[in-house]
Amino acid sequence: FLSSSQMWCASICPASLPPFIVPLRMCMTNCPTLIVTVGLPARGKTYISKKLTRYLNWIGVPTKEFNVGQYRRDCVKIYKSFEFFRPDNEEGLKIRKQCASAALNDVQQYLGEEGGQVAVFDATNTTRERRETIVRFAEQNGYKVFFVESVCEDPDVIAENIVQVKLGSPDYTDCNTDEAIEDFMKRIKCYENSYQTLDEDLDRELSFIKIIDVGRRYLVNRVLDHIQSRIVYYLMNIHITPRSIYLCRHGESDLNVKGRIGGDSGLSLRGKEFARYLAKFIQDQNIKDLKVWTSQMKRTIQTAEALSVPYEQWKALNEIDAGVCEEMMYEEIQENYPLEFALRDQDKYRYRYPKGESYEDLVQRLEPVIMELERQENVLVICHQAVMRCLLAYFLDKSADELPYLKCPLHTVLKLTPVAYGCKVESISLNVDAVNTHRDKPEVGPHCTAWGPVSSNMRSVPVLSATCTLGLELLSRRISDRWLLNRGDILKPVRLDLFPHFVFPAE
Amino acid sequence: AIQKISTSVPQFTNSPTLIVMVGLPARGKTYISKKLTRYLNWIGVPTKVFNLGQYRREAVQAYKTFEFFLPDNEEAMKIRKACAITALKDIHHYFTQEQGQVAVFDATNTTRDRRADILCFAKESGYKVFFVESICDDPDIIEANIMEVKLSSPDYQDCDKEEALVDFLKRIECYKMSYVPLDDEMDRNLSYIKIFNVGFRYLVNRVQDHIQSRIVYYLMNIHVTPRSIYLCRHGESELNLLGRIGGDSGLSPRGNKFACTLAGFIQSQCIRNLKVWTSHMKRTIQTAEALGVAYEQWKALNEIDAGVCEELTYEEIQEHYPEEFALRDQDKYRYRYPKGESYEDLVHRLEPVIMELERQENVLVVCHQAVMRCLLAYFLDKSAEELPYLKCPLHTVLKLTPVAYGCKVESVFLNVEAVNTHRDRPVNVDVSRDPQDALLTVPEHI
Repeated sequence: FLSSSQMWCASICPASLPPFIVPLRMCMTNCPTLIVTVGLPARGKTYISKKLTRYLNWIGVPTKEFNVGQYRRDCVKIYKSFEFFRPDNEEGLKIRKQCASAALNDVQQYLGEEGGQVAVFDATNTTRERRETIVRFAEQNGYKVFFVESVCEDPDVIAENIVQVKLGSPDYTDCNTDEAIEDFMKRIKCYENSYQTLDEDLDRELSFIKIIDVGRRYLVNRVLDHIQSRIVYYLMNIHITPRSIYLCRHGESDLNVKGRIGGDSGLSLRGKEFARYLAKFIQDQNIKDLKVWTSQMKRTIQTAEALSVPYEQWKALNEIDAGVCEEMMYEEIQENYPLEFALRDQDKYRYRYPKGESYEDLVQRLEPVIMELERQENVLVICHQAVMRCLLAYFLDKSADELPYLKCPLHTVLKLTPVAYGCKVESISLNVDAVNTHRDKPEVGPHCTAWGPVSSNMRSVPVLSATCTLGLELLSRRISDRWLLNRGDILKPVRLDLFPHFVFPAE
Repeated sequence: AIQKISTSVPQFTNSPTLIVMVGLPARGKTYISKKLTRYLNWIGVPTKVFNLGQYRREAVQAYKTFEFFLPDNEEAMKIRKACAITALKDIHHYFTQEQGQVAVFDATNTTRDRRADILCFAKESGYKVFFVESICDDPDIIEANIMEVKLSSPDYQDCDKEEALVDFLKRIECYKMSYVPLDDEMDRNLSYIKIFNVGFRYLVNRVQDHIQSRIVYYLMNIHVTPRSIYLCRHGESELNLLGRIGGDSGLSPRGNKFACTLAGFIQSQCIRNLKVWTSHMKRTIQTAEALGVAYEQWKALNEIDAGVCEELTYEEIQEHYPEEFALRDQDKYRYRYPKGESYEDLVHRLEPVIMELERQENVLVVCHQAVMRCLLAYFLDKSAEELPYLKCPLHTVLKLTPVAYGCKVESVFLNVEAVNTHRDRPVNVDVSRDPQDALLTVPEHI
């Protein structure tokens, strides 16, 4: 099973190359993926779409959702009633079909020209006919298709869905609650008669996961590749049981006070005070079955100790490794590693400290923590500044550009509670003073260092001179690790310090 | 006081888990049991397989024919039931006396009664139960299974192949009549995964906890397509020559020669769709460069971080950190270098690599000594004690090919000389030992 576009990709990757030619993009395995939701209204399709999109973007896979309901709202300015969705409403059907086409066009644009890797087509897609149209569309464009069906007959779950997300929808702004519920139930009815669920036999050639009763049971068919396998794993770990996640940093540490980054110091006096206040705060919150997680560094462990409850230690929650800059003050970094310091400000997300890590590396090592947080219910995570930024970015859907600058001050607890399609955040400062460790993005001037000889202890240096954009693109990707599934390109690395005679193709 | 913790992840220790296999003979139950057990042990979850066929072979010394398995053979039924009870007793012992965490009960368990008995047993002791059912109706797969693992079973050592095949197929028929698969409705409160036709389709019901979720993820990523995995280290590096550990140096002249020889070797193997993986360190990248093919770089494949000991010789470590040096010899698997990593940490960071290796087909992994030891231990089911002392010499390729229930290993030395970097465990691991005792097993270097 190789779609035609896959074969085309494979043919441009010769097995061996003359050593002086650098191949450009070598797309070997990663054709874009089109995820298609399936299910009656109020079955959680949009919830799943948004959550999955958030997760995939966080782990570095450019993903976007396309909600057909949104297209319909843009097209039919004012929603009147469920009658729009009646199967015999020809006008309605025409409009809905156009909206679906418009959405697919945008999908094509996103996956083709905007560098998207995964598109989530969020609509009911309840008929086999509609799904076949989508499969044909995907085949024409060389996309892999993966269906995500949500099947649920529990009236309580459906009612709760309607209350949480439908009543607040733009469709029902002028209705009272009872009217809205009644109309929406009739809307669901309109779909029920023509609903053809994904079938083990009839649809055995398709790749899909069927989620039954909000995760009680799953049917998984023909998982084709790595990303589908990750998607299945993720979908099988999420739940909708109400709970809260508490994020905070360790109490102020001795190194914090000295303005030094990293290291493994203990708490300052104020840090210890924070720990005691945290204990009281947690007690007052009266949280059911709270789990407490820390890193394996002294300062988080000392903070947790004050809570007098059992806690689990994750090495993955350790602070970002600043490599050669560990335990330095920013002034010392500027003095000893001015180039590195500047490079970090250029691209704080991807920049990797020499012998250390980047934020991008951090996200990769925090992925199992996120997966387990999804499985759990009430959890308090006591961690570190960079770590907390990464976790927060996941929950609040912050981009890679925003992530390294998220404000996570000491002695402040963030309480995250999933609500509707997102996350409610409450910020609680525990009223114990601490130093500020936040460093904003400084003004970066247009003058950049010119390309110079690369010394052997610099793993990679982004080329900032305008004359060498290709080198920049290739080299900047070498700054930090890329996820296997995000690798649309398998690059032959250009290590100028190894191969000084390399010639860049003209572009 | 803060205890020194060496594990990378919370242990998620709660009630022990009993995995119960379900399925007709020749459906891959033992294959899955052994592979799953190997994986769980590697990631640090003490797991053991309890194969009922083994118990039966011990009870009934000589297997005669399939007639033993006829449903109306009362004598045999008594023996088989007694074996099941013994196995469950041993499982109980494993959990209570041997710190076992997961037990895999590998038997057909094809009747609802038998499964009810097991559930009863588990409930009494507070064990969680997770069923793994393998359903297969493809006669080719079944015959291939029988050829690969059944004909060489002790049951058939005195038979010729044709006779054995015929007898085994009749054995399967004995079970078919009373086989009741896990049912969507009646078993809706049980936790299980149903695997259809070797992974074509899965039905997953009521996953209860973290370990069941990991088990499901693993089972959904493994396959049985024939393939080989090639493991080797980078070519000899400049720091290797100096007897220094870690660092990020380039290849020595002999290392470069190895890289070219490796290219020739790989070409000669004519491997279909070979993927090549390296770490992010110069020496593996330079090695892969010589192959002239595209390759993927994994930060997770980087060598173990020796922290404060990076780029030191063993002599220097003994001089500056004699106590650390001794502690490492005492427990090389769990010992974590100050500001560095332990082998245990390595295993944790290599887990996604292993998961992807399971998904892939032909792969060449160019990595490092400690990393290669961890990967090898996974494939060859080596314990935490053995792992840090596995021999992974430079300039030698290991070709691993899954076969029957295990892995065939072919070791190919590519005939380019290199230093030896293997340091055996010295006899004296006491913290107060003499430097000579500590340095006894250090290999030669410049």
